[in-house]
Amino acid sequence: MRKSTTFLLLIAVLTIALLLSILDAGMRRTQTADRLVMEAQLVAGLELTDLVISTEARYTRHWSQADYHAAFQDYPSALEHFPAGSLLPPPARLY
Amino acid sequence: MVLLQRQRYLIDYTLSALYRHKGKNLGLLLVYTLIVFLLASVMLFTQSLRQEAARTLQNAPEIIVQRMVAGRHALIPADYLEKMGRLRGVSERHGRLWGYFYDPVVKANYTLMAADHKQLGERDIAIGAGVARARGLEIGDRLSLRSSRGEPTSFRIREILHPDTELLSADLILLPSATFRSFFGIANNLFTDLALTVRNPAETRKIAEKLTLRLPDTRPILREEILRTYDAIFNWRQGIVFVLLSSALMAFVIFAWDKASGLSAEEKREIGILKAIGWDSNDILAMKLWEGAVVSVTAFLLGYLLAYLHVFHASAELFSSVLKGWATLYPQFKPIPAIDGLQIATLFFFTVFPYTVATIIPVWRAAVSDPDTVMR
Repeated sequence: MRKSTTFLLLIAVLTIALLLSILDAGMRRTQTADRLVMEAQLVAGLELTDLVISTEARYTRHWSQADYHAAFQDYPSALEHFPAGSLLPPPARLY
Repeated sequence: MVLLQRQRYLIDYTLSALYRHKGKNLGLLLVYTLIVFLLASVMLFTQSLRQEAARTLQNAPEIIVQRMVAGRHALIPADYLEKMGRLRGVSERHGRLWGYFYDPVVKANYTLMAADHKQLGERDIAIGAGVARARGLEIGDRLSLRSSRGEPTSFRIREILHPDTELLSADLILLPSATFRSFFGIANNLFTDLALTVRNPAETRKIAEKLTLRLPDTRPILREEILRTYDAIFNWRQGIVFVLLSSALMAFVIFAWDKASGLSAEEKREIGILKAIGWDSNDILAMKLWEGAVVSVTAFLLGYLLAYLHVFHASAELFSSVLKGWATLYPQFKPIPAIDGLQIATLFFFTVFPYTVATIIPVWRAAVSDPDTVMR
């Protein structure tokens, strides 16, 4: 087989795989539609305000409810000691 | 047809030329694929989390009113519900009760929340799947927690919240409000904060302004601010990972630039010979364009597909901890694909285009020179 044929076949296979990944994404979204509905109901029912993505401190568990000066809230300019805190963006006016 | 055949011959030649230095070119392809994989993984994962946050938190209360004392969030008296007066557009207002509990047994923080609509018994609780996993609990088991008075209080698990909702409920413990108050020693006339339901979302900002005037020691948090917070957080985290990756990215750029733009004496000789045997400059440029495209398009497709598999079929194991956060209680969930065509196009443009162009410029210089000069 010519080298170009092999290469073009490879690109065709990869492109089909890429298209399949888009199809897979659509299918997975349909499969997880129930999950989103369940999550939305939970948020509405319990009046939740935040995702559970960092539970180590109160200001990382409820980012949107944290004080203005989070994450340095133990005392002014206190160095952050929780890992997630160092990944929080500074207030918009600072950058 | 002739044009097509011509291009196929050029590809044949290009592949043979690449094969002659297979070790070097395979190494380049591998590193290139890895870079695309890392960038695409961060992009896909962040986009997925951002979308899920935006879609679910769309149902959060329109306005939360927090009381601030000495710059800190404090419990809010129930009479603030009356003190705020009549607010046009607010259809419902009530107090929320929630707080944190540090469990020294598993060194984890739980979020305790009053949920009277669950109609739990006095000592019954509903727990998130993360709490159940951390403490090895099942429905009917008992969980003992030390109350604010220092007395161990035993609760019966009546419900475990659906594991599919872990992203929002992993650390939750739901209990009746009376039990919540007695457990934390909170008086009946106090709430953690107040939640307001607003009929017309366009009015929330106006209502928040009125609230800050009527209750100067409070701070209203709007739902749109909550949504903005999450959007900003995931943008920021994506940025941080990109910054961390930037050293690897720079190393690759230097490597690729050196490989693509600096013609070796051997390559110059090759171009000279091709010209001497009758190839014109356009053929040589087309051949080199194919060389750049073969490497970069293959690396892009491979890298993107691996990233897709990594994020959506392996739950982004490699950097989920950085993008999600980390703690003892960690939600287990599968990201929901949210593919943005523009993002893929941007990734394609920034990974494929620069390399392909970098291969062309030096070749163009060599291709337009006299074959005799180039070969010398």
